Amino acid sequence: MSVVLPGAALPAGTPDPVTPRAIPHRGGVANPSAEALRSQFGAAIQRHEVTWGETCVWIDAARVREIALWLRDDPAQQYDYLVDVTAVEHRDAGLPMEMVWHLRSLPFRRFLRLKAALDGASELEVPSIEPVYKSANWLERETYDMFGIRFTGHSDLRRILMWESYAEGFPLRKDFPLRGRFSRAEQLSQSLSANPEAPYSMEELSVVDAFHELPADMRARLLRAKGEG
Amino acid sequence: MGLTPAAGKSQVSYDPPSQEGWVTTRLEFLVNWGRANSLWPMPFGTACCAIEFMATAASRFDLARFGMERMSYSPRQADVLICAGRVPFKLAPVIRRIYEQMPQPKWVISMGACASTGGMFDNYAVVQGIDTIIPVDVYVPGCPPRPEALIHGIMMLQDKVRQQRSLSNDRQYDEIAIDPTSRLYIPPSRIDELSEPFGNSVHQTRSAP
Repeated sequence: MSVVLPGAALPAGTPDPVTPRAIPHRGGVANPSAEALRSQFGAAIQRHEVTWGETCVWIDAARVREIALWLRDDPAQQYDYLVDVTAVEHRDAGLPMEMVWHLRSLPFRRFLRLKAALDGASELEVPSIEPVYKSANWLERETYDMFGIRFTGHSDLRRILMWESYAEGFPLRKDFPLRGRFSRAEQLSQSLSANPEAPYSMEELSVVDAFHELPADMRARLLRAKGEG
Repeated sequence: MGLTPAAGKSQVSYDPPSQEGWVTTRLEFLVNWGRANSLWPMPFGTACCAIEFMATAASRFDLARFGMERMSYSPRQADVLICAGRVPFKLAPVIRRIYEQMPQPKWVISMGACASTGGMFDNYAVVQGIDTIIPVDVYVPGCPPRPEALIHGIMMLQDKVRQQRSLSNDRQYDEIAIDPTSRLYIPPSRIDELSEPFGNSVHQTRSAP
């Protein structure tokens, strides 16, 4: 465990950051990581754009894991913080869906947005970057839950916001009706019959922390349930 | 003593000075008086209504005046479930289980627009009123209701408790009939298992077999 001071990798004498004023909508100074990515990965980097002072790089979705690994480990990049993983669905046949990753480099005080277009024709599958950033675990689960994008190589890809047995689909898709697909009565009946704790193991319920303090009958029952599950 | 039968006679004598310190009343009135003035709330706060509920419990509005200062974070010692905030479908089985774990007699206050009707959240994730899951005694409107509104609701509930025929064979104290074939049925052993991780409830009395 090491402490990262913001701006630690910047050359000495770099002035402290100030709140930027009068940022242009388009154009402006691109994040130097965009050019570095292009020279490192070539064709996997499609284009980049600066919007409101933030750099967005379009990449090849299939190579996101090695790109993220390089961005994290290269001493001139050091993107050590995965801010967000999400997706955008467009009402556009040519660009149905995009993956979005937000990265931040604390030592260089840089922000980088990666985007990857997903064509609606093939299976919605993207390599998971959980092996690179552990925090991607829940973020990718949420993206899967809301958009149905499958992350290959994710250690535990299941729903996180909706319950495990939720059968109505993926709520943030454009074709998903606001009130869901089922009737209210059916939704209620299904949610009431869901067992809210079924997907969790004993460890996740943290019973295990105080397991030896539990009464004997309870311990026996939990062990029995664990054996059955 | 008060009314003492005179020896050997079928009359009762009446001695006013010995009446001091006595009062006669209906047992039902006494029971209801005690219940209405010591309702222990089980706060089920899920949204901004819970902030107003906290304000109600704090010193300016002071729920302790109603005998409600003891928040019961275990449903097993609670009398009134105060649902403050929206309830998503994912919480529907949870609030139902909490209600089932509360001992009779029990009451429910639905606080705010979302708990009562779903409010502005007419979408795929939110229960359209908790009365679709559990019986509700008092609805408090507002988004969120001010503490005065909640206190008004609490006083309405107290009125309701005072007027209940608590000693008659009223159906209102029947537990929900258990139907093991229902999809909603949870055996008591399972309820115990599920309720274990909550705080110190492992040391408390659990459901009867």
